[in-house]
Order: sequence, then C-alpha cells, then structure tokens
Amino acid sequence: MGKYRGGSTTVLKPKTTQQVSQIMKWCNEKRIGVVPQGGNTGLVGGSVPIRDEVIVSLSNLNSVRSFDPISGILVADAGCILQSLTDYIAPHNHIMPIDLGAKGSCQIGGNVATNAGGLRLLRYGSLHGTVLGLEVVLPDGTVLDQLTTLRKDNTGYDLKQLFIGAEGTLGVITGVSILTPPAPQASNNVILALPSFDNVLPLYKIVKRQLSEILSAFEFIDRTSYDLAVKHGQGRALSEDEVAGAECFVLVETSGGKREHDEEKLNNLLESLLEVDTPLINTGVLSQSPAQFSSLWALREGVTEAVSKEGKPYKYDISVPLSSFKTVVDATREHLRSKGLLGDGAVKHVLGYGHVGDGNLHLNIVADSYTPEIQTALEPFIFEIVASYRGSISAEHGIGAMKTHALHYSKSDVSIALMKKIKMLFDPHNIMNPGKVLE
Amino acid sequence: MRPSAVRLLNILVPVKRAVDYGVKIRVNPQQTGIDLNVKHSMNPFDEIAVEEAVRIRERLKDSVKSIKAVTIGPPKSIETLRTALAMGADSSIHVEIPEGSPSPEPLAVAKTLQALIKKQEGGVDIVILGKQSIDDDLGMTGQMLAGLLGWSQATFASKVDIDVAKKEVLVTREIDGGGEEIRCSLPLIITTDLRLNEPRYASLPNIMKAKKKPVEKLTPADLGMDYTPLYETLKVTEPPQRVGGGKVENVDELITKLKDAGIAAV
Repeated sequence: MGKYRGGSTTVLKPKTTQQVSQIMKWCNEKRIGVVPQGGNTGLVGGSVPIRDEVIVSLSNLNSVRSFDPISGILVADAGCILQSLTDYIAPHNHIMPIDLGAKGSCQIGGNVATNAGGLRLLRYGSLHGTVLGLEVVLPDGTVLDQLTTLRKDNTGYDLKQLFIGAEGTLGVITGVSILTPPAPQASNNVILALPSFDNVLPLYKIVKRQLSEILSAFEFIDRTSYDLAVKHGQGRALSEDEVAGAECFVLVETSGGKREHDEEKLNNLLESLLEVDTPLINTGVLSQSPAQFSSLWALREGVTEAVSKEGKPYKYDISVPLSSFKTVVDATREHLRSKGLLGDGAVKHVLGYGHVGDGNLHLNIVADSYTPEIQTALEPFIFEIVASYRGSISAEHGIGAMKTHALHYSKSDVSIALMKKIKMLFDPHNIMNPGKVLE
Repeated sequence: MRPSAVRLLNILVPVKRAVDYGVKIRVNPQQTGIDLNVKHSMNPFDEIAVEEAVRIRERLKDSVKSIKAVTIGPPKSIETLRTALAMGADSSIHVEIPEGSPSPEPLAVAKTLQALIKKQEGGVDIVILGKQSIDDDLGMTGQMLAGLLGWSQATFASKVDIDVAKKEVLVTREIDGGGEEIRCSLPLIITTDLRLNEPRYASLPNIMKAKKKPVEKLTPADLGMDYTPLYETLKVTEPPQRVGGGKVENVDELITKLKDAGIAAV
C-alpha cells in the first residue's frame, strides 16, 4: 500500500529451524531487534521494521513436512505459500481451512502469527481451532517444539495459542501443524442485489436456516464497493437493469457433499426469496459454471485491489454488531463531510464490505493521498464508535504497528497489563518485533 | 417486383453440454477416453451463440419471432437447456441419448439438426451455433449442416448485423490477420467465435421463469437417426510430461550443451 516504509539494512533468509535459532540467539545476545516476515501481505505494518531491525524472512523455509490423507493433518514449514499448500493437498481431496485474497503470496506462518481470518472462517472456524501444533523459535534461540498432530491434548496450558495472533512478538513460528477439512464435492454461489441494507439481517437469518450445513460464506458488499470493483475490472458486472436500485449486495456460497442436494436446497431458497409478496431481494445471479463462480467471487475479493487502484486507502477492519454495519459506514462518511474532507483532493469514497457471517466489517476510506487531516478526522473517531458497540478495532488484520496506540479501545487495562507481563517473560530484552501490538 | 412481406425470424441455437473448460482433464485408466465424472457446463462457444440470439432479439425486437435451443445428449443435458432458457431462449428441444453413450459425431449432429429444422412449423431462418465444441474440438457441425441444407454459411463470426427487410446479414469473420466482411442471404448458418460477444449471467428471476418454459423431448429414433459411431477411438493418452530446464554457469557451457544437443550455427 506504500504506507509503511522500513529502515532495515539486512534481510536474513534462513533455510532451517536451526538457522533461525542461531540467528535469534545471536541477536538476543547483541540486543538486535528482529522482525519475522512471511509474505509481507499484512495490512497493519506488523511485518515491517520500525527502525533498523533485522528482517528474518521465512521464504526459504518452504517444504511440506508431512500430510496424512486420512486425518487430513498437514505439517508444513512456516514459509509455505498458502496457495501452494492448497495445491499440495488438492489431489488428496482436502482444502486449507483458511482462504484469503492474498493467498498467492501470504505464508502459512504469517497466517498463524496474525491469526488471519478470511473467507472460510464462517465454515471452518478460526486458526485457534484448526492449528494443532506449532514449532516456534523463542527470542533466546530455544526451539519450542509443539508440532503435535493430536486433535485432543488437555495437558496443561495450551502454549501454542499464545503465538497464534501474537504477530511475531513472542517468537518466530517455523513450523505449523494444521487440520485440513475434506474438499467439498460441490460448490455454488449466488450474488443477491438488495434494495436496502435493512434486509441483510433478515436475509441472513433465512439463508442460515434454509441452507444450514452447506452455507460456507455470506459476504456483504455495499454499493460503493461494488461500483469500484466493477470500475477496476474485478469480475464481470451484472447487467445494468439488475443492479438498478440496489443499495448493497450479498454473496452466498454453498459447499457440500452432493451437487444435486445442494442445488435443490439453493433453488428452494431462491424460489422462496423471490416468491413472497415483499421480497428481501431485488434480483440476483446464480453461477452456471466454474468460470461464473470465480467471476462472482472476484466481485467480492477484488474490492481490496480495486480500492488500492482507486486511491490511497485507509483500512479499518472492525468487529461490530451486524445491525450497525451501515450506521458505522454512514457515520464515518458524515463525520468526514462535516470536517469538509469529503470531495476532490481529499476523501473520494467511504465504503464497507465484509464477512456478515463473522460480524466483521471492512471499513475503507479512499483518499487522493495520505494526509494528517484525514488521519486525525478518522482516529480516534472510528475507534470510539467501535468501542461504543463493545466491538473490536481489529477483527482479523491484527494490531501491527498501526493500531498499538488504540489497543485500549478493545482491551481493558487488566488485559493489557497481563499481555505486557507475558511479553516480558518470553522476550525480556524486547528484541522480538519491537513496537508491534504493545506500545 | 414488390418486396415480399417481411417475415418474422425464427432462430435455432444448438447447444452442447461439455466438460467445463476450467476442469483439469484426466485420461481414464482404460485409455478409452477422459474422466467424465467432473463438472460440466455449456460449451463456451454455444453460450456465445445463445447470447447472440438474445442480443439479436434485443436489437430487432418483434422481428424475432422465436429463439429455440436444442441439445443432443444424456438426461443431464437438460441443465444446459435450462441455462439457455434462462439466458433468453423461448423454448427448447432435448434429443435424449442414454447416459454413458458416446456423444454423436458432427455428421450425425448435422443430420439431426437438418431433420429438426424440417419439422419446425414456421421454419427456421437462422441457425447460430458454436464454431466448435471444446471437448472434441472437431469444428465441423455448422459447415456440414450448411452443406446438407444448401444454406449460406458464415463461420467464425465476430460481428453479426441483420437487415430484416432486405433479408440480408452482414457478418464479420475472424480470419488470419484480421476480419473479413461477408454479406449473406437468409436462411443462414452462423458459427460463433470468441469475440462475438460476452455472454450474460442468467438472472434469478429468469432462472425461475426458465423452469416453466417448454422442453420437447425426442429420441434419435423419432428423427430416424442412428448414432453408431463412424470413427473408432484407438487410444487416448496424456501429452508427455514436460521436463524442467537446467541452469548453466556461463556462455561456454551453454555452447557446449547446444553442440552436444546437435544444434549448430547456421
């Protein structure tokens, strides 16, 4: 995004866990700050050095260690790219429990370190559940080997959980053991155009009830996001008369074991949606082929890319109650307008999209350039709204370098004090990704 | 001579259910064909044909009397017809063959279409079909049908312009190095190329309506057809695996290797 610029002079690319351990031991003795880096696709600057820290890139730690096609447990080096793992297990009819827009560059170690969410969370849960074990190099060079492949293991504190989402502030993840679900035999998707945001929640209720176990994604895109995705060529647009009068769109995906069964359920749902007196939806498009399936997804996944092409994005990734999605977007837009920052030369668009199923809203503000005026208008304004809903200021992107000062909007003093104690215990010299997560 | 009264156009669009182009093709262990237990969808060129028929109606409005889709295939081919109906065809014909039987060869398809066209009350003025099907890549049906019927043909079309009053159609064809414009008279066979149009999504209301549109079921025997293959497939194999390249340290090594491989300077 061109928002974070590191001042590092050195990148190390170890090939083995042992080499990572030696690097950490040396840096710990010499008090040299270390930033672990995966695919460098993070959105909050977690993998970018703040000053002159050494970057430890995990890119060369990129082999699959084992895969058990019966249990579906995959053990891989941290530097494996998510897409290559997906390709690796595909012939065995398994899929990764996590999928996100950056899958072609992001690495599994980074996914775990940031507890990445993504598009499959609704179905398969968060990495806190699917990661079975980790191999971590601690700041003093000790290798913590918890790379087990057990589904059940209630023996004391579950230490690996601390590293999931710690954003590399407690240690360097070098290996991951993860449970992969069997690949669905049939997938379908449909984009629905809604006349009003108020219909999203009733729709979600109906869709959840009727599709039940085959529902695998329920994504929300507001009109601005859709228009931007179309403008920047992300996926083929719906025809003009179909999108006329639509305030927002919802993408529903189903994944199941039998195509006929899934299609029947989906068709029944669509019929029941269209045949009522006051339909919740205007119209929609049901994919007829894998090509259309990808094209519909591109409209949703491509919003991120479209936003970057449109201008300089301020990205907020927040958890708030579903019913407040639109209120938050509108309030932000009105706030910017009242500050005179909406229009040419300042903020071009305020848009919202995200994972309705997970209560996760991506609030993006697209400006011509990053300016201090916009920054101060947005923060702490947005964090205060989120706090007023008892929401999270970072649902899936993490804290990184961007939101350390705002952590207190989502975490109490007691929690933060305890986090600091844990950090001290693992990393007394503060060399592990300094300046990230905790101030 | 006074021009005869303007005739309303009847358009026939043959479509085929084929292995989806996104699917990775695998040869079956017996090497008699490919694994067909994969996702199928409408042959992409046929999708362009349906789209073109619908666009012709959008341009010419009431001058187009009917758009009829037809397919020859196993019971599941009805899904392909439903897609065509959802995109905008009015009615359809399904010539059903048993599940698992080989798909008919181009000549048999052309003869079937000829028989169907003969049966249509009100006749057929334009047949729009894909230039080839992506499963067997034979690319002959349109030409054979034109030959059997003695109609004009405009193959590999990238633009179609119909003058109903003159009963003339101006078609731009894709040829090596550019386009070729030809003027044809009706009745006419058009085969579609990729650039003709971009097919639309089938919208939900139209998918629902499509379920109520008529599908006429026929068997090959009803049309006096016999689909016994004329060709015999001897063996189907996968292309040889590509061998990865190697790195050389310097120019000398490269030249030595080239010489070893028997490549000499001209």
